Amino acid sequence: MNGTKMRVERLSAYYGKTKAISEISVGFPERKVSAIIGPSGCGKSTLIRCLNRMHETLPRTRVEGQILLDGEDILELDPVHVRRRVGMVFQKPNPFVTMSIYDNVSVALRFNGRHSREDTDKAVVRSLQQAALWEEVKDRVDAPALSLSGGQQQRLCIARALAAEPEVLLMDEPCSALDPVATAKIEGLVNELKNSYTVIIVTHNMQQAGRVADYTAFLYLGKLVEVGATADLFERPKERLTEQYITGRFG
Amino acid sequence: MKFDRSARRKLWSHTMTVLAGLCALVALIPLGSVIYQAVLLGGPVLSLSFLTSNPPLPCTPSVGTSCAVGGIGSAIQGTLVLVGLAAAISVPIGLAAAIFAVEYRGRFLGLAISFTADVLTGVPSIIAGVFIYAYFVIYDPSIVFSALTGSLALSVIMVPIVTRTCEEALRTVPHSLREAALALGIPKWRTTLQIVLMTALPAVLTGILLSVMRASGEAAPLLFTAFGSRLGFQGFNNPINALPLLIYNFAESPYKNWIDLAWGAALILIILILIASVLSRLVVGRMVRRMRGG
Ligand SMILES: Nc1ncnc2c1ncn2[C@@H]1O[C@H](COP(=O)(O)OP(=O)(O)OP(=O)(O)O)[C@@H](O)[C@H]1O
Ligand SMILES: [Mg+2]
Repeated sequence: MNGTKMRVERLSAYYGKTKAISEISVGFPERKVSAIIGPSGCGKSTLIRCLNRMHETLPRTRVEGQILLDGEDILELDPVHVRRRVGMVFQKPNPFVTMSIYDNVSVALRFNGRHSREDTDKAVVRSLQQAALWEEVKDRVDAPALSLSGGQQQRLCIARALAAEPEVLLMDEPCSALDPVATAKIEGLVNELKNSYTVIIVTHNMQQAGRVADYTAFLYLGKLVEVGATADLFERPKERLTEQYITGRFG
Repeated sequence: MKFDRSARRKLWSHTMTVLAGLCALVALIPLGSVIYQAVLLGGPVLSLSFLTSNPPLPCTPSVGTSCAVGGIGSAIQGTLVLVGLAAAISVPIGLAAAIFAVEYRGRFLGLAISFTADVLTGVPSIIAGVFIYAYFVIYDPSIVFSALTGSLALSVIMVPIVTRTCEEALRTVPHSLREAALALGIPKWRTTLQIVLMTALPAVLTGILLSVMRASGEAAPLLFTAFGSRLGFQGFNNPINALPLLIYNFAESPYKNWIDLAWGAALILIILILIASVLSRLVVGRMVRRMRGG
C-alpha cells in the first residue's frame, strides 16, 4: 500500500462570495492515478487548481482548510515552490507561442535554475519521449510550437510539465480537445507516468476514468459524494447519486 | 429581362461596393494631395547638401543678392536627438505603467493608470509644451529653451500613447499563457517579462513606433521648449531645431529660400515617417511569422 502523497482537509474554495467547493476531504495516494469526475460546474477544476495554488491567481478568490503535500500544508509555503513540485496540464493546450518546441519543453529548466546544455538536452528528449511526442518532432525541435497540431501541442504541454520534474502531475481534462487517437496516446502516457509520479486527472469521460484511474472521486455541487478504488466505485457505488451519475440516469 | 429577387440583390450589392470604393477614394484625396504638393514643391530643393547643411539666413532674390540655398541638417539632427531622448524617457515609463495596469489590474493604482493615460492622450499637444515651459520658468529658467525641455515636452505626449498601446498589446495575450508559466513555478515577474511581454512584443513595438511617429511630427510642444535654432545640436541645455518646428517657422516667413526649405523639410519628414513605418511593418511581420511557423 502506498502512502498518501497529497491530501486535502475540509477544503473550501470561493470565487468572491460564491462557494465553489465545500469542505472536501480526500487523499491522493502516491504513484497512483486518481480521477475526479462529476457533472459540469461541480467544482472539479476548482479543486484541482487549489492543489498547486493556481486558484488564488484569479482575482477575489479564497480557500479555507488544509492542502497537505507530504504532510506539509502548502498554503503556508511559497506558491512558486509548490508549483515546481506540483505540475499542471490544462484543458486546452497552451504552449508558449513565441518559443520553439525545444524552448517550450526546456522552459522550466532554463528559467528556474542553472543547468548545463547537455543536461537540458537530455531532459528535453526524455520528456518528449515520455509524452509520446519525440518520434514526431525529433527532426524539428527548433520549429515553432505553433507549427504542431492541437493534439501534438497538448502532448508538448505534458512534456513541458514533465521536464520540470514535479512530484505530482495535475491534469484538468487533458483530452477534451483531442481526437480518439491522441486521447489513446495520452491515456497510455498516464499509465506510464504513475510509475514515477502521482497523477490526479479530471475527466468528463467515465470510460476514461475506468481505463486510467486507480482511484476515483465523485463530486457533485461542490461536495465530495464518494471516493474509492475505481472498480468499486463503478461496480458497487455506495451512494445513490453516484450510481445515478455513472449509469447516466441523472437529475 | 427577368428581374428576380436575386438579381436585384446582386445589383444592390454591386452598387454599394462601388459607393464604398468611391468613399475610400475620397478619403485618400487629402493624403494624396499632401504628398503631391510636398513632392512638387519640396522635390526640387532636395540634394545631399540639403540634408546636411544648416538653414541659411533669410533672403529674397528680388533684392538682388544671391541666396544661399542651405539645408535642414540641423532640423533632422534635432528631431533625431529630441525624439530619441523623448523615447528613452517615455518608453520605460509607459511600458512599466502598462505592465502594472494590466498585470496587476484590480488594484486601484492599475485603474488609475489606465484612466490617466486615457485622459492624457486627449490633451492638446501645445499644453504639453506650456506645462514644461511653465515648470522650468519657475524652477530653472536658464534651460527653458533647450533640447532637454523639448524632449520632456515630447515625452508628455508619448507616455500616454505608449501606455495605452502597450496596455492593449498586453491584454491580447491570453490568460492561459500566464497560467501555463505560473503553473511551471515561474515567478510572476519573470512570467510578465519573459512570457507575456515577449508574446506581445510585435504589438508593443508597433505602439512604441506609433508614439515615435506622432512625436516626430509635433511642432506645438516644441514652440516654447526646444525653441528652434539654425545650428545643430549644441548640448542638451541649449535650444535645438526640429523638422516640424522648422516647417512651422519657415513656411509662414516672407523669405523665398525659407519657404522652399520648409517644403523640402515637409517632404523629408513624410519620407522619414514612411520609411519608419514600412521598416517596422517588415520587422513586426517577420516576428509574427516566425512565431506562427511560416
Ligand atoms: N472564475 C470564476 N469566477 C466565478 N465563478 C467561477 C469561476 N470559475 C468557476 N466558477 C464557478 O465555480 C463552480 C465550479 O466550477 P469549476 O470550473 O470548478 O467546475 P468544473 O467541475 O470544472 O466544470 P467543467 O466540467 O465544466 O469544467 C461553478 O459553479 C462555476 O460557475
Ligand atoms: Mg473544469
